[in-house]
Amino acid sequence: MNNSPYKKNIIIIAILFCAVILLGRLFYIQVIDTSYKITANNNVLRYEVQYPARGLVFDRNGELMVGNKTTYDIMVIPREMKAIDTLDLCNLFDISYTQCKSILENVDRKKKRQGYQAVVFLKQVPAEIYALFQEKSFKYPGFYAQVRTLRSYPRNVAGNLLGYVTEVDTAAIRRNPYYKMGDYIGKSGIEGSYEEALRGRKGVSIYERDVHNQIKKSYDDGKYDTTAIAGKDLICTIDIKLQEYGELLMQNKIGSIVAIDPGSGEILALISAPGIDPSLLVGINRNFQQLQMNPLRPLFTRAVMSSYPPGSVFKVANALIGQQEGILTPETRYGCAMGYKVGRGVDCHAHPSPLDLRQSIQMSCNAYYCYVFRNLIDNPKYDNISDAFNQWRKYVQSFGFGSKLDTDIPQELGGTLPTTDIYDRIHGKNKWKSLSIISLAIGQGEIGTTPLHLANFAALIANKGYYYTPHVVRNVVDEPENPKYKEKRYCMIDPVYFEPVIDGMYLAVNGGQGATASWVKIPGIDMCGKTGTVQNTHGENHSVFMSFAPRENPKIAIAVYMENAGWGSTWAAPVASLLTEYYLTGEVKRKDMEDRIVAGNFMSKESRAKKRK
Amino acid sequence: MRRQVNIFRQLDYTTAGIYLLLILIGWLSIYASVYNEEHGNIFDISQRYGMQLIWIISSIFLTITVLLINHKFFSVLAYIIYGSIILLLMLVLVAGVEVNGSRSWFAIGQVRLQPAELAKVAASLALARFMCQYNFNLKKLQNILMIGVIILLPMALILLQSDTGSALVFVSLLLMLYREGLSGWVVSIAAFCIMLFILSIIWEPVSVLLFIWIACLALYLFFNKNKYKVLLMGIASIGSYSLIINYLLPVLKLSIDYDYLFLGICVITLIVEGIIAVRKKIKSFWLILLIFVSTVAITSSVDYVYDHLLQQHHRNRIEEMLGIRDDPQGTGYNVNQSKIAIGSGGLTGKGFLHGTQTKYNFVPEQSTDFIFCTIGEEWGFAGVLIVIALFAWLLVKIVEISERQRDAFARIYGYCVASIIGFHVFLNIAMTIGLAPVIGIPLPFISYGGSSLWAFTIMLFILLKFDAVKWE
Repeated sequence: MNNSPYKKNIIIIAILFCAVILLGRLFYIQVIDTSYKITANNNVLRYEVQYPARGLVFDRNGELMVGNKTTYDIMVIPREMKAIDTLDLCNLFDISYTQCKSILENVDRKKKRQGYQAVVFLKQVPAEIYALFQEKSFKYPGFYAQVRTLRSYPRNVAGNLLGYVTEVDTAAIRRNPYYKMGDYIGKSGIEGSYEEALRGRKGVSIYERDVHNQIKKSYDDGKYDTTAIAGKDLICTIDIKLQEYGELLMQNKIGSIVAIDPGSGEILALISAPGIDPSLLVGINRNFQQLQMNPLRPLFTRAVMSSYPPGSVFKVANALIGQQEGILTPETRYGCAMGYKVGRGVDCHAHPSPLDLRQSIQMSCNAYYCYVFRNLIDNPKYDNISDAFNQWRKYVQSFGFGSKLDTDIPQELGGTLPTTDIYDRIHGKNKWKSLSIISLAIGQGEIGTTPLHLANFAALIANKGYYYTPHVVRNVVDEPENPKYKEKRYCMIDPVYFEPVIDGMYLAVNGGQGATASWVKIPGIDMCGKTGTVQNTHGENHSVFMSFAPRENPKIAIAVYMENAGWGSTWAAPVASLLTEYYLTGEVKRKDMEDRIVAGNFMSKESRAKKRK
Repeated sequence: MRRQVNIFRQLDYTTAGIYLLLILIGWLSIYASVYNEEHGNIFDISQRYGMQLIWIISSIFLTITVLLINHKFFSVLAYIIYGSIILLLMLVLVAGVEVNGSRSWFAIGQVRLQPAELAKVAASLALARFMCQYNFNLKKLQNILMIGVIILLPMALILLQSDTGSALVFVSLLLMLYREGLSGWVVSIAAFCIMLFILSIIWEPVSVLLFIWIACLALYLFFNKNKYKVLLMGIASIGSYSLIINYLLPVLKLSIDYDYLFLGICVITLIVEGIIAVRKKIKSFWLILLIFVSTVAITSSVDYVYDHLLQQHHRNRIEEMLGIRDDPQGTGYNVNQSKIAIGSGGLTGKGFLHGTQTKYNFVPEQSTDFIFCTIGEEWGFAGVLIVIALFAWLLVKIVEISERQRDAFARIYGYCVASIIGFHVFLNIAMTIGLAPVIGIPLPFISYGGSSLWAFTIMLFILLKFDAVKWE
């Protein structure tokens, strides 16, 4: 008998060794390596996503501003794709053969990894082509169409305000796991700020399928399925007709118009010129780069972003602060002989002298406000110039200047309002006096305000001391209005001090001799306004106008800013006047004024100015 | 009467219990692998699980029959059984039906029989009968030739049926020969050469080289008294290689052929070791050097023969046989799907009947050759641990039963059983997890199929019968 325990043991060890090898490998692929679980899900789970229609946007009168149109994404399941007539496919979708080939090669590469998960063959195919595809689809196994909605714009206005919808980028996907590759997302404007309401919620049905892509049953009894929820509609505060008219007036000009309903803070029109034609950004953004390259920067929403010195319209602010601080009464008179002659001096234009407060606004006297501003800053009430300046700054801030107004326009910027630190840096600590910063008296120098700031300021004056936070969306349908927009925001000026200022603004438009904007008065409507001409070292001055109307129970407050257009009274004022007339009466009677504005072109001046620079 | 009672009293119930557990697991796994709600009844004989139940019941009758037959019947009739099976194997080449490209089935109505399965039992019996002769000596050339004939004859016939997997099973009988006196070296060298040939086709050259290097080091370790130093040498050479490719090359931005780099390191190590060997007169070193040089030469010649001397259709055949090309949907589709199914099971599995990869046909042959996927997917690592443990226990039991036989016939036969079942289990599972090429052989007791279940049942219970009567 050949008894050999040695060999028996070797054999048993070999058996156990084999078992350990198998178990080691199994432990690795089952417990340590998780990639197999993902691949298994890719294999067996079929996700059917329902994209809800995006919410519509209506204007304040219920007119459609943003609608939806249906397009189709042509999808293909790599494993099901067979040899097909590529040329016919090219003709069908009107694409070049090389393009088609590269897409199909890409699909072919995904065959192994994606398997039965569909990939996009062609995006955003219009309905007409989709109908043709439907007829021929039997020739293309593995191809099918998925409904997607794109935006449509019946009046094609307010591009900057509305923003646009585009495919999500990888950064957005990382930030928010809701988004998956190929989803659409609202960018900038109200498409951006109201994205969550507008988009609704995608629905997904998860199925288990077999190797032939036949659906077997709902995954886990539909536990993870969700139904699509349609996006919610928005009611805008914009008056689309006013917006359209404003865009017409601003054609071939650079600048902005902001119109606000003072009684509610609702923005009636928000125009940035040159602006975006919203239809250009629908779908695959072929035009986006072109817009980005444009030297006039149409993507830059001037109305809420660009920070200009406000110019003479700011005199109104100083007039209010002066009264509140007690250094100015309506009867205070200062003389002016073509300017303020202290220090480097500030020039002024020809007008009667001396003027009282009302007249100083009516005729926009520079010297008057130099006196007022110096009295403010050198007020003995304050220990030092910094305290006085900071007090002044607080007043200005209470008008909404120097920071964002917290509107629902995502692009909004805050402008600039200088601090004592800035002057310390410019002039040296304690080395600056009221005279050093005298430009602020007439709204020049280190201050920067957006057109929105000015319109809001006009609304504040119209309301005699308070404003509502401006906003462009009244409410999401079926949701209450944001209480934030119902709150009155008071400035630090008592209502009584507004009367003389409003008088002055009324006279500026409706007054007689010396009134800066008397030619734009509207028959039958009491419009109050203030012109501004902002000095521009790079070219022609900027034309500014701020107004509200009617004087009693005001309905519309407007700020117009037109770059390189010269005097405030010649360009900005008539624009505000025409818009006010249009909004309050529904028509424009002064056709010659309208024709002159529409024909105006300052684009060429801008380009000349650029060359000079 | 008394004798029958004796048999059932002496039966090794542990082994029989493991056997019963395995066929039950098999039945449930087949049910799960092809389960669908329309045919939910596990006894539905229009489905595979219903059929498997019939095979199981008939197998249990077979066990009783085998246990009741006089054990001398198997040893006396061993050659006759072997001869008849050889005849059947020849007959199937002429009268058999072709399934999946193999002509290895007899069709009797709906039922199909595969004589190759029974050939394993027959060959084991014939080998045991031949080798249990009183004056048998494995060193005699005549005996070696005879053993070769007994093993190679059915192997060749099965190869002719294009059932490569079943043919390869007979190679496993080397293990039995090892136990019966064949030098461990012969077994090792044979196994090593086969492995080297297969590896040099399916692996990158550098991996094969690494394999040879480790094998040589292991051998040197075995011979050399200074084991510590050899171990150090191995770690140093492989460590420096991985350091160079992982850290040095990327930093230097060099692209060196990894094969030559590793070969270079091996040669340097061997030269250093050679100088030491000359000084200290270590003879075993020269043997190792010889083995290293010859295996490297063999491997590179395999590549050369394979790439230049063989025709394309030869290559296709070999690659198909090794499972490199045998997949219509891209390289390694089957194995890939099988790994996905098992890998997705995780630690505890998806639960009985909740597997998706096998049920929805992502895994091919999910109730036969790839049945292990269902276990892996639905029961996870816990399940495969139990199944592999059961198999290991069964194999160890078989080895122990064989060792305790007084009769050489029974012992030799027992080792044949252990070799064959072990080979089946290891290669089948290794194949489903990508450790071995796909050679279609079933998982004993678990895979669907009557012939295979019957054959393994008969094979195991003949041994148990011998065991039960060993004290007679």
